[in-house]
Amino acid sequence: MTDRPALRRLGLLTPALATIAVLIGVPLALMFWISLLQKGDSGGVDWASAPSLGNYIRLVWEEDFDGTMIVNTSYLIILLRSVLQAAVTTGLCLLFGLPVALWMAGLSRGQREIMLLLITIPFWTNLLVRNYAWLIILREDGWLSQLVNSLSPVGPVQLLYNDLAVAIGLTYSFLPFMILPLYTVFEKFDWRLLEAAHDLGAPRRRALRRVVIPIAMPGIAAGSLLVFIPCLGAFVTPALLGGGKTLMLGNVIQMQFAASRNWPFGAALSVVLLALMLVVMVAMAIWRNRRVK
Amino acid sequence: MNIRRFPMTRGISLLVLTYLYVPVVVLVGYSFNANRTATVWSHVSLDWYGRILVNPSIQAAAKNSLVLALCAATAATAIALLAALATSQAFPRRRAVEAVLNMPLILPEIVVAVATLMLFVALGVQLGLGAMILAHTAFCIPFAYLPIRARLEGMNQSYGEAAQDLYANRFRSFRRVTLPLLWPGIMAGFTLAFVTSLDDFLTSFFLSGPGTTTLPVYIFSSIKAGITPEINAISTVMLVISVLLVSLSFILGRLRR
Repeated sequence: MTDRPALRRLGLLTPALATIAVLIGVPLALMFWISLLQKGDSGGVDWASAPSLGNYIRLVWEEDFDGTMIVNTSYLIILLRSVLQAAVTTGLCLLFGLPVALWMAGLSRGQREIMLLLITIPFWTNLLVRNYAWLIILREDGWLSQLVNSLSPVGPVQLLYNDLAVAIGLTYSFLPFMILPLYTVFEKFDWRLLEAAHDLGAPRRRALRRVVIPIAMPGIAAGSLLVFIPCLGAFVTPALLGGGKTLMLGNVIQMQFAASRNWPFGAALSVVLLALMLVVMVAMAIWRNRRVK
Repeated sequence: MNIRRFPMTRGISLLVLTYLYVPVVVLVGYSFNANRTATVWSHVSLDWYGRILVNPSIQAAAKNSLVLALCAATAATAIALLAALATSQAFPRRRAVEAVLNMPLILPEIVVAVATLMLFVALGVQLGLGAMILAHTAFCIPFAYLPIRARLEGMNQSYGEAAQDLYANRFRSFRRVTLPLLWPGIMAGFTLAFVTSLDDFLTSFFLSGPGTTTLPVYIFSSIKAGITPEINAISTVMLVISVLLVSLSFILGRLRR
C-alpha cells in the first residue's frame, strides 16, 4: 500500500467515480448526441443522420402539409402542465408540511422522534405501491367515491384520472421531502423570538408572517426544490392516477421509447426536462446567494 | 398560553398523518378480503396470499428482484465503502467529489433510465438481469455511501493510529480496527441500497427486456391489466419487507459506537 495520500485517495475513489461516469455520465452524454439525430426507419436511431435541432424544433413547430411551419401546442401544453402540476404539488406540500413541521418542533423529544419515524416510513415504501393504494381509494366503486357521490349535489363525480388525482398522488409521494427540511429549521428555532413578538403585541398571525416564515425560508426553499424536481419527472403517478388527458413530461418520454419508438425525440424531451431542472436549481442558488449577502 | 403552540397546527398534523396512513391501511385491509373484486368487502381470508405463493410468474419475478437487489447492493456497498474511506479525510475538491457521488439522487430517474437504455442498446448489451444489475449499482451508490460516511464521521480516528503505533500495518489496522467499528454503518448502507433496488420500478421497467420481470414491474403490468386483491397481497408483502429493512438500517445506524 502506498503512503502517498493523494494516490491512495485516487485509488479508493476510482471505482465509485468510474461507475457513475460510465453508467450515468456516458449515457447522458450519448442522450444529448442522440437528441440531435433522426430516428431510424424501424425505430431506434439513424446513426448516419446529420445532427440538427429538428427534434427540438418539433416541440414547438410542425410542418404543415403544404410545407409551411405551424405552431403545434400539444407538447407545449404538456410541458406547461408538468410545470403547473409540480408547482401545485409543491404548494400543497408547503401548505400542509409547514404546520406539521411547526407542530413537531414544539413536541417533547420522544414525541418528536416518533413523529419523524411516522413521517419517513411511507417515504421508504414502494412508490408504485403507494400510488396503487390511491388508485384503490379513488376508484369508482371505492368507498371514497361512493361517499363523495352520495354527498355530491351535482351527481356522480369522477375522482380518478384527472389532474386532482395526480396532485393527490404526487403530494402523497413527496410530502416528507417538504416536512423534513422545514423541521430541521424549526428544531433549531429560538422560541424566545416568538415571546418577544408576543410581548411587543404582535398577534399570532403577524408573528407567523413576520417571524416564523422568514426564519423558515431556507427550509421552504430546500423543501420546494426537493418536491418540485422529482414532480417534474414523475411517471408512475400520472401513469396510474392520471388519464389520457393529464399526461406529464415523464409519460410522453416513456411513450417515445414504447409505442412511438422515436428515440431521438424522446432524448430531446429528456434534455428539456434536465434543462428545466437545471434552470430551477440555478435560480434557487442565485436567490440563496443573494440572501446571504 | 403556550408560545410553542400555533392554532390549527395540531389539527392539520393529525389530518396529514391520516392522509399518510389511510391508503396503507386500505391497501393492506383489502389484501385480506375474500371477494374477487378488490373494492367490495366480504370476509377475511388468506386466499390471495396462498395464491401469490404458488403463482409461477410471481415466484420468477420475486427471484429476479432478490438476485438483482443482492448483486446491486453488494457492488454498490463495496464501491461506496472505498469512496467513504477516501472522503472521510479533508482534501481539495472533496465537495465536488461528494456532489458527483450523490448525483443519482438528484437526476430524474426516468431520464437516466432511458439514457442507459439507449447506451446499452447502442453497445449491444443484452437487456435483462445483467443490464439491470449494472444500472441499479450506479443509483444505489449514494444510498450505501451516506450511512457509511455518517458512521466514519463519528468514529475516532485515533484507534487506527494507535493500531499503527503498535506496529499493525495499514491493511491490518483497517481489517482489525476500522472495519469492525465501521461494520454497523456498512450493514446500514447495504440494507438501504438493498431496499432501494428492491423497490425500484422505473429503471427496471426500461431495462428488464422481454422475459425478465421484477416484482415492481410485475405489479405495474398487473395493475394495467386490472385490479385484483392479488396485487394488494404482493404490495403488502413488499410494504412489510421495506419497512422491516429500513427499520433495521435505522437501528444499525444508531448502534453504539
